[in-house]
Amino acid sequence: MHMQFVQNVPFFSIMVCMVSGIVSSMLPGRVAKWITVAASALVAAMNGFLVSFFAQGNSSYVYLMGHFPAPWGNEIRAGMLEAVLAVCFALIMLFSILGGMKKMTEQVDKNKTHLVCVMLDLVLAAMMSMIYTNDLFTAYVFIEIMTLASCALIMSRQNGRTMVSAMRYMIMSLLGSGLTLLAITLIYNITGHLLMENIKETLGVMYASGEYTTPITVIIGLFFAGLGLKSALYPFHTWLPDAYGYSTPSASAALSSIVSKAYIILLIKIMYRVIGVNIVMANNALKLAFVFGVIGMIMGSVNAIGSHDLRRMIAFSSVAQIGYIYAGLGLGVQAGYVAAVYHMIMHAFAKSALFISASALSDASGNSKRFSDLRGAGFREKVAGVCFCVSAMSLVGVPVLGGFISKLFLSDAAITHGGITMWVMLIVLAVSTLLNVLYLMKTIITLYRPAREGFCAPEVKRSRLADFAMCGFIVLNVLVGLLAEPLMQAIRLGLVMFD
Amino acid sequence: MFEIFMEHIAEIVAVFLFCIGFTSLLLNRNLIKKIIGFNIMDTAIYLFLTSVGYIEGRTAPILVDGITSASHYINPIPSGLVLTGIVVSVSVSALMLSLTIRLYRKYHTLNIDQITLLMKGEDE
Repeated sequence: MHMQFVQNVPFFSIMVCMVSGIVSSMLPGRVAKWITVAASALVAAMNGFLVSFFAQGNSSYVYLMGHFPAPWGNEIRAGMLEAVLAVCFALIMLFSILGGMKKMTEQVDKNKTHLVCVMLDLVLAAMMSMIYTNDLFTAYVFIEIMTLASCALIMSRQNGRTMVSAMRYMIMSLLGSGLTLLAITLIYNITGHLLMENIKETLGVMYASGEYTTPITVIIGLFFAGLGLKSALYPFHTWLPDAYGYSTPSASAALSSIVSKAYIILLIKIMYRVIGVNIVMANNALKLAFVFGVIGMIMGSVNAIGSHDLRRMIAFSSVAQIGYIYAGLGLGVQAGYVAAVYHMIMHAFAKSALFISASALSDASGNSKRFSDLRGAGFREKVAGVCFCVSAMSLVGVPVLGGFISKLFLSDAAITHGGITMWVMLIVLAVSTLLNVLYLMKTIITLYRPAREGFCAPEVKRSRLADFAMCGFIVLNVLVGLLAEPLMQAIRLGLVMFD
Repeated sequence: MFEIFMEHIAEIVAVFLFCIGFTSLLLNRNLIKKIIGFNIMDTAIYLFLTSVGYIEGRTAPILVDGITSASHYINPIPSGLVLTGIVVSVSVSALMLSLTIRLYRKYHTLNIDQITLLMKGEDE
């Protein structure tokens, strides 16, 4: 097959991030920051070309790493869904760094700023590899790279809380990696392959003949448990509020929008491309994912209502949103997967925007994250106020914006499924939306109430870059809602290409 | 029954070790013991992998006697995976240990519950 130049994009995306990480480690912080920004912009642009390549009707392709053909070599695989996800996450990384750059200079030790950039590069590289790789063991290695880099990111601002939460994060994450590695080992044990297509073929034959049904169930369960643990599914989220709430804003945004999503992307890939979605859907392990997801949808919001700190509240809201995604996956219908992927993209945009704008808002309120001090912050920091409102409304599900559409598609998927699951999903969606309104709308109203009497707003040096990044986030959040139909089409097409 | 047990002795031991490591990483309150648990857990998986790749009576795939037939050698891929896995777990252990040292210097204890209590006390 004749390769077109654009088909090198997946490989370049990974290498650009890696090289940028290596170069950044040797440069002073102020240069390294811009190299990281350039790298993520370049990755976003290149993958944009790839999206247009697929939009022209080209089919998905496999890229041989090292020119050894299957079943021996290592492969990268690219399709519509992968390209779309890569663009979205590279853009999030770009705006997260720009938006948090000023804070990064203030909060991180001067001699270590460039190391934070290295970690951000590694997170993006791991993300790209998890999106594009066609080899299970490569995926595992990048899971660990992601874990190590994000642990360092949590600690980028050093105080007691971030250190303890980094420790808790590592413990939870290692339990998750252990289970994932065991699942990969079991798969290798029964199929003898590591490349996704070969595994799927062999597993399909085994499943049809009724062999190894118990090991297949165990493998599905282990993957769900392992990657669920790592992406902070509800009962395993204890490390999350402190980790997101106290590290530097760029790190919080990258952690909440990129790191936790990478594991979910990998899980979806494994379900579609490794085990085969029909086998997964017929399996009871999926029901557990649904149950945990549904509990998370409620409990995350309840915890968010109870927190008195803006950034912790946003962090707890992540727990609820991860619950939505798992509930969508757990429905076990095609529409649920499409909705879950869309929700993942929507949430990634909204959550990173919330973290970046929240840090600007609390800056304008004397560096306080308490709600009483935040009164009127929306007037003091206009761009941040608008950015916060748009993304919060998107999460709540105000029509036109992304959250509304993903909730619509989730309930649609639930109705397709029918039965008791449909009722559980619909009721929990309604309750969870109400809870979302309670804490997010309360925050928006607080932001636009007149400031407390006697409250004197501190003079803050405005950061043009942060304003630019927040404008970018506003555009992304509005676009994800306005362009929902083509995006959904791309996701559907991408999921079909997965087979 | 006993024959199946003997045939898969390595896998059974590996799963036991995995459970021991997993529970101590999850439940033990002492940070150092948690790290030891993590290493036991990973080593169990390496044992599992190597036992999958090893074939009784064959040797490592290194050409010395000029024998090129594959039936003479074991499967080298699991060994390769184990090596990669070891690299990963060494770096993770190093990071965990350095974090533990930091936490010990700050809070003078290795018990994660006490550390959490002390940390919460710091804010108020």
